[in-house]
Amino acid sequence: MSTIVNGAGKVVDFVDQRITASNWLKRNLRKVFPDHWSFLLGEIALFSFIIIVLSGVFLTFWFKPSMAHIVYEGGYAPMRGQGMSEAYASTLELSFEVRGGLLMRQVHHWGALIFLAAMSAHMLRVFFTGAFRKPREMNWLVGVTLLFLGVAAGFTGYSLPDDLLSGTGLRIIEGGMLAIPVVGTYLSSFLFGGEYPGDDIVSRLYPLHILVFPGLIIAMVTAHLMMLWYQKHTHWGGPGKSNENVVGAPFFPVYVAKAGGFQFIVFGVIVLLAATVQINPVWFWGPYDPAVVSAGTQPDWYVGFLDGALRVMPPLEFEIFGHPLTLSVLIPAIVLPGLILTPLALYPWLEQKATGDTREHHVLDRPRNQPVRTGIGVAFITFYVQLWIAGGNDFFATILNVPVNWITRFIQVGLFVLTGLAFWVTKRICLGLQRRDRDLVMHGRETGIIMVSPDGEFSEMHAPLEQGDAYSLTWHERQAPYEPGPATDANGIPNPNYRTERRRARLSRFYFGDVVQKPTADELEAAHHEGHHAVESGHEHDELTSGQQ
Amino acid sequence: MSAKDEDMNGHSDSTAPAHRESDTPETSPAEPVADPGLHHEPDRLTDVDPRAERRAERQVAGMFSLASVLIVASIVAYVVFGISPDDPEQPVSVGDVQISNFALGITLGLALVLLGAGAVQWARSLMTSPEVVHERHHLRADDETRQETLDAFETGADETGFGRRKLVRNSLLGALALLPLPAIVMLRDLGPSNGESPGEVKKHTIWGEGVRVVTDVTYQPIRAADLELGQLVNAMPETFQELEEHGPERINSRAKSPVMVIRMAPDEFEIPAGRENWHVDGILAYSKICTHVGCPISLYERTTHHMLCPCHQSTFDLADTGKVIFGPATRSLPQLPLAVDAEGYLIAQSDFHEPVGPSYWERGG
Repeated sequence: MSTIVNGAGKVVDFVDQRITASNWLKRNLRKVFPDHWSFLLGEIALFSFIIIVLSGVFLTFWFKPSMAHIVYEGGYAPMRGQGMSEAYASTLELSFEVRGGLLMRQVHHWGALIFLAAMSAHMLRVFFTGAFRKPREMNWLVGVTLLFLGVAAGFTGYSLPDDLLSGTGLRIIEGGMLAIPVVGTYLSSFLFGGEYPGDDIVSRLYPLHILVFPGLIIAMVTAHLMMLWYQKHTHWGGPGKSNENVVGAPFFPVYVAKAGGFQFIVFGVIVLLAATVQINPVWFWGPYDPAVVSAGTQPDWYVGFLDGALRVMPPLEFEIFGHPLTLSVLIPAIVLPGLILTPLALYPWLEQKATGDTREHHVLDRPRNQPVRTGIGVAFITFYVQLWIAGGNDFFATILNVPVNWITRFIQVGLFVLTGLAFWVTKRICLGLQRRDRDLVMHGRETGIIMVSPDGEFSEMHAPLEQGDAYSLTWHERQAPYEPGPATDANGIPNPNYRTERRRARLSRFYFGDVVQKPTADELEAAHHEGHHAVESGHEHDELTSGQQ
Repeated sequence: MSAKDEDMNGHSDSTAPAHRESDTPETSPAEPVADPGLHHEPDRLTDVDPRAERRAERQVAGMFSLASVLIVASIVAYVVFGISPDDPEQPVSVGDVQISNFALGITLGLALVLLGAGAVQWARSLMTSPEVVHERHHLRADDETRQETLDAFETGADETGFGRRKLVRNSLLGALALLPLPAIVMLRDLGPSNGESPGEVKKHTIWGEGVRVVTDVTYQPIRAADLELGQLVNAMPETFQELEEHGPERINSRAKSPVMVIRMAPDEFEIPAGRENWHVDGILAYSKICTHVGCPISLYERTTHHMLCPCHQSTFDLADTGKVIFGPATRSLPQLPLAVDAEGYLIAQSDFHEPVGPSYWERGG
């Protein structure tokens, strides 16, 4: 063997004699990783986080997290002689006087946007395929925490350069805090070291941004990956794949090469974006001035939904005990994030209540086979996207050439109507797809050949599916709604749990009441014996026969 | 295809998972289609055609080599495309910075993509890649292990006497419960520890009786007679200039005191009771800080006297007490009572009569 392996062998020998490394390696080097494009979304999140950390370390060598007032005398001519904070001045220095500084700033910013987008997409993938089900609920919770930490890290970073945009963002945060009853002004005063904006906030956000949040993210990512590793990855159902096995490529070498290669591709794409597409040119915005704001500015995309919620909330303020309760700020800025995060975090348990299912699941659901879950997911996306559009309502008003107030009004209604409609339409589409799958399995695919029977009846010939194709449409579990059982038993004794059971049955009916069931073996048999549907023999593949489980 | 059995837990698990009644095979109908088993992927071209294999090898090696060239090129770009001007007194050319950014980023980015693409191509076309099947094991430990764990824990708990020695236990829990308090208390000085409460501070600005209204940025006093009809001027209190550049006081005032001064024809605007003498010949002043979440308001529609906040589109009618006519804000813009001094310049009669900016708890109804 080559010298590389000999060298590696020496290292393994050294480590093995001290911590029995080969024992663990023996079991894990060939660990199976299933392959599917949707499994790459989480990898994009991981790799973009790595490049954020690398570029972030570079930035810390020059950035000065200080709001001390200075008069700029640096290299960027239009700002010379202006008063500004050291934080803003050092951001200009990074951009204009450090070679590669602008590139690293743009890598850092693009990386953050992609990190959050990839995490969101990954979470949607996990949701729609049911990968959060037992035994992966804990990892779902870790994922929700990561999403929250990612937004927190992003927002604290956005606020550091102390430019006009970042200051405006902080001002809105302060306004949101002030709406919190009783303690709002105190929270704001502790965060800003007194009145807004003060000269402490940048040096306070800095340790949160470069130490606390990334530290927590690294800890959570580690837990996320350890659980994934231990539980083995889920896989899609299909021929040869079951809940009791995992089918895919070995970790070493195929997965290492593919994932390692993919890491460099993600790095490369982010660097190419940073090289060619300008992002957050703080020298255009100017230093923060609390009395100035420019029209048409947008926050980073992941905060857009909160800004949109602030825009579409109707003006509501009540007085309680002589104090104002400003619902028009409290609900979108404080209540809404909790209202989104809590059901998101608890969803695996909510669904478990409906299914009453305590078994382990390692095979992913096709979204169509879970019409209600898929409907809920699409309804959530519809809700979120509308808030996000509301966050750019002035932008969309310009594009569509309508008054901005129309868009606000439309979304105020749409948040309720369109969200509900999205659920209903999605569920219907899923049921339709299920019905089509069932028809395909029962009657085969259409051949386009029209037959005329001796009686003059026209009919189209159907060709049966190959067994693998038919199995791909029928491997999923049959889901019948839960039956609560009789209220009283045979002796007329009332069931003490009947009310709970009935509630559970109602929830279960909501989930599974309309599901189109795959055919049973008997139904399939019957369909095949209907004669003229199937093209008889003459084909190289076996004709589909019903199997036994 | 190898179907090697892998056992991470180091034990075999005989415990079957709990089944719901309706899922037991007795009640569920037979599966319609039997699992035909894993089907083999057809051979790749590189598996059967040595020429294709050599071509793939050349492709991969080519990508890795090109990556090396680009990495060296990025170092060359770093040196060649400098950004500091020859004369340190001269400003930096933004064009130079952008060229440097582009050259560095393109070379590095392409190098990374090629490195990655090469590795992926290697795995896809050249690495022998059998589909491997591993068994899964139920994650729940078997009953024996669970019992042993429980026993070990109980033995330990017994040895401490945690359950019996209530006094030790409770005093420990008490001390642990108190421990976080210093951590919270010691954060107290994050906020100012003397002076007015945060709610009180918000109730006043540096405006006061006789303070001249000066234009923003240039700080010129505004003569009432010079303001044209329909004109809007952003303004600050004259005392703002005297505040120290260093320290938070100046920027805090900047966040609270800005006003908008407008002149309207006397029949164009409503004058509510109690504010009859707050304007000077149709010149009024309103706080520039939005009552929603505090953005500085900035989009003025001259014909309607509507003022729009660009952050969340709260719209205020300056011709009618600054009241909200659209958007999420709940309160009118506070009005600053104006007068003129002996020289004909605009001055404030007093501070605002209510806090500027967003609502907050101590503000009162």
